Amino acid sequence: MNPLELADARPGPAFTVTFDGRELVALPGQTVAAALWAAGVTSWRTTRGEGRPRGVFCGIGVCFDCLVTVNGRPNQRACLVPVEPGDAIRTQEGTGHDD
Amino acid sequence: MRLTCDAVVIGAGMVGAACALYASRAGLDVIVVDRGPVAGGTTGAGEGNLLVSDKEPGPELELALLSGRLWAGLAGELGDRIEYEPKGGLVVAAGPEGLAALERFAAGQRAAGVLAEDVAADRLRDLEPYLAPGLAGGVRYPQDAQVMPALAAAHLLRAGGARLSTGRTVTEVLRDAGGAVRGVRTDRGDIHAPAVVNAAGTWGGEVAARAGVRLPVLPRRGFVLVTEPLPRRVRHKVYAADYVADVASDSAALQTSPVVEGTAAGPVLIGASRERVGFDRSFSLPAVRALAAGATRLFPFLSGVRAMRGYVGFRPYLPDHLPAIGPDPRAPGLFHACGHEGAGIGLATGTGRLIAQVLSGRTPELDLTPFRPERFGEEAL
Repeated sequence: MNPLELADARPGPAFTVTFDGRELVALPGQTVAAALWAAGVTSWRTTRGEGRPRGVFCGIGVCFDCLVTVNGRPNQRACLVPVEPGDAIRTQEGTGHDD
Repeated sequence: MRLTCDAVVIGAGMVGAACALYASRAGLDVIVVDRGPVAGGTTGAGEGNLLVSDKEPGPELELALLSGRLWAGLAGELGDRIEYEPKGGLVVAAGPEGLAALERFAAGQRAAGVLAEDVAADRLRDLEPYLAPGLAGGVRYPQDAQVMPALAAAHLLRAGGARLSTGRTVTEVLRDAGGAVRGVRTDRGDIHAPAVVNAAGTWGGEVAARAGVRLPVLPRRGFVLVTEPLPRRVRHKVYAADYVADVASDSAALQTSPVVEGTAAGPVLIGASRERVGFDRSFSLPAVRALAAGATRLFPFLSGVRAMRGYVGFRPYLPDHLPAIGPDPRAPGLFHACGHEGAGIGLATGTGRLIAQVLSGRTPELDLTPFRPERFGEEAL
């Protein structure tokens, strides 16, 4: 079942964002994490020590596991940041900072 | 658990862990009790500073030098697990007057055995490439180091092999008819021992009161800001020369002088607010704002770095800013190892060694007179 129906949600028109250059469709009001999940993406960061995959863990802004780079700014919590039309979302490796 | 031993250590923080380690290695059978978890109080809210740089010549500096040697020794067996980093400290001064005062301070420290190298203004960025321009100069302290305090407490407890009982509250220090200590009463039964060590940190005054003696340990609140993980951009413990004056201050008002350091895990820690507000845990925007502003003055790149979170703790201080270490003549068998203010992680090893020496009836390798717990007089509890 479409989860929008469960909540009787009537979001505004969909828009596109990119994830590592690939176009995804997102809805107004979604977080970056929700948009990625809805597109079937569950991992968008690798850990600093061993390069292990990470995505949403707590989903409420506490655990900092879902860090992602949005529009060039690293270490954003995907579960809290509202997705905006045209956002360039990128997989984050390590600290997300150069050098 | 067999409920008798040679010594009960109250407090499973850094100081209690070090007391247990050295006492166990001296051959004593030790039980550590804590009402909470390991490193659940002051230790878990600390930064892990092992500093000589902020201490003037005197008993605390001697304890810091002894502790530093012991930390270096422990690093051989536990180094990576406790994130021991002998990174050195760099104290910087903004203007010529501050620099002159800092260099005088360092000269006094050198005479007391501290390694301290004057660093000219044009050499500062060789040591710290991201440091703000325009500083007057600084002093590098190669003996300053760092550990991750919760890991250090846990691994020292494990390495010592003492029995550990967490979630167990000491309700009374038991004393016999002659006044001698004979163990502790807890919410889960008595533990009998001829010696009890009060390593309860900020709550050391409460534990002392449960033995019927007064020890005026009071809390000084400190915030630490934690940034997002970064590549290694801050190499030393870097702080402004004003920090030393703040540590020694008797003012109750908020004081912030940023201590900035990178960690093995990646985040940069920005520490060292101090204010006397009792055990009030509420978040203080003015305190963390001042920390962030001060840190950004030292390292301008931090203005573009996100602070992920902050944490707060209570540094246990005594009125003369020295810890209480050693036997309490008012309650034979009671020993104190608390009141280290913001230096307890660094001073833990020396404190543990000294406590182990007096527990085993040996002469402690430092004179304990400045640290004697009964020095604050005998007013009513």
